[in-house]
Amino acid sequence: MAALLEIEKLSKSFGGVHAVQEVSFTVQKGLVHAVIGPNGAGKTTLFNLISGVYEPSAGHIRLKGEEVGGLPPNKLAERGLSRTFQNLQICFNLSALENVMIGAHLRLDRSFVKALLRWPTITRGDRACREHAAELMEYVGCGKYIGSEADGMPYGALKRLEVARALAAEPEILFLDEPAAGLNPTETAELDEVIHKIAARGVTVVLVEHDMKLVMNLSQRILVLDYGRKLAEGTPGEVRANPDVIAAYLGAA
Amino acid sequence: MNVLNSRYGGLAVLAAIVLLLPLVLPNNYYFDVANRIAINAIVAVGLNLLIGYAGQISLGHAGFLGLGAYTSAILTSNYGWSPLAAMLVAALGVAALAFLVARPILRLKGHYLAMATLGLGMIFSIVLTNESALTGGPDGMAVPGFELLGWSPQGEAVWYWVFGALLLAAVWLALNLIDSPVGRALRAVHGSEVAAAVAGIDTTSYKVLVFVVSAVFAALVGSLSAHYTGFITPGQASFLHSVELVTMVVIGGMASTFGAVIGAALLTLLPQVLSGLEDFEMVVFGLILMTSMIFLPRGLVPSLRGWLAAKGRA
Repeated sequence: MAALLEIEKLSKSFGGVHAVQEVSFTVQKGLVHAVIGPNGAGKTTLFNLISGVYEPSAGHIRLKGEEVGGLPPNKLAERGLSRTFQNLQICFNLSALENVMIGAHLRLDRSFVKALLRWPTITRGDRACREHAAELMEYVGCGKYIGSEADGMPYGALKRLEVARALAAEPEILFLDEPAAGLNPTETAELDEVIHKIAARGVTVVLVEHDMKLVMNLSQRILVLDYGRKLAEGTPGEVRANPDVIAAYLGAA
Repeated sequence: MNVLNSRYGGLAVLAAIVLLLPLVLPNNYYFDVANRIAINAIVAVGLNLLIGYAGQISLGHAGFLGLGAYTSAILTSNYGWSPLAAMLVAALGVAALAFLVARPILRLKGHYLAMATLGLGMIFSIVLTNESALTGGPDGMAVPGFELLGWSPQGEAVWYWVFGALLLAAVWLALNLIDSPVGRALRAVHGSEVAAAVAGIDTTSYKVLVFVVSAVFAALVGSLSAHYTGFITPGQASFLHSVELVTMVVIGGMASTFGAVIGAALLTLLPQVLSGLEDFEMVVFGLILMTSMIFLPRGLVPSLRGWLAAKGRA
């Protein structure tokens, strides 16, 4: 199986804090991966490094064999990478539907002059994009907010809206940062289903998540981080049986 | 209510106002006030793209307006250029300048961006004041009338149609832009810069683009209004004028094109009403800005729209 994403000895320090230290792992195309670890283990920092929000202090990130470490997020989006955020990053000055349409930015005609003159191709593109965005909102289960402004939506729906926006980019690899955080058990179960559907479409999914039931249910590969270092990597069964992981989560006996 | 929400409803209302207003304007003085409203409104519509939609502040836009005005004035009166050629050169020159300064300036956020643009505007204003050999210094300079293919608008009532048509065009272009992929990208930069970047939006380029566009709006209006008034002073490029322009956008309603027009109308009419208080004009502007920030933080038009929508639901 081809490695879609290879991380090699990736490190990030903030002053004296080594948030991520020499972490290496690979993401296989078409599989669901999870990154777990106690709070402060560096999971979100790792996501921020891979998605270009932070620049790595050292190490390599290779997407489809090409070095992409240090590229800005918009360049990574062009290469098929998309993500959601643990702390919502919703544009509250846009409608819910427009938030999803933002995700399709790279698929639309972005000519400035045509936009000024409201060229027919722009109108047509936007109409199709709007319809697709509405479908995506139904798909992730926030269909009843299609006509809403983003700032009137409840938290759980906004989490899904982020997923819809990420999907609008039609990514090859999708990073979900704590998609279930703050959701109730019913919502989490629905989310589980949505992620299953996304993976079934052939999108490679990497998620950071604290909900172990969701993680064990969904993922084929798990990376465990602790204090910024890789503690373990493997299938859910392997990780569950790993004594280091048990020690990190429950404290050493 | 539907009129304000439908795409071209607002534009139709504005067009009707522009068409019908001359019937009630009694003399040239009123035409002049109307023209100055249109002039300010066009600049405010452009500035609103930057401030209201893309969420970037500029306290130096009067500088671009002044540069446009003086470029036109100098090229036509000192070098005998045709007004149209001078206007195009002014617009291109300001576009190039805005493009050059935008990248370093727009890396800044919040107060720092405000300070940098304020400084930029002041530099322009100082240059225009001190280069008196070219600009006539603080005394200002005379500008020949506008002329295009043998036609030259004379008198306030004729200019009224020029500015009225340009205002409608500016509003139409702004409405189109905002409801397009480019416009959504600009608004997303305001809403969440990191979300925009992750969606593939080159946030820096879009900020530069909207900065240049708003500067060109100001420069074009500066050129044309210089020909209209026939006389310009460095006061047009002053910091106070920049603040006035920002106030128009904020009062009328950020991220509302018609709000910018209404804000421009209010702030142009206000000095006419308060003519007895001329010395305190700036104090009154400040008070209005503060009051509107406290009571109508979203500006007149968006607040009104929200209020009407709430009433409609009740």
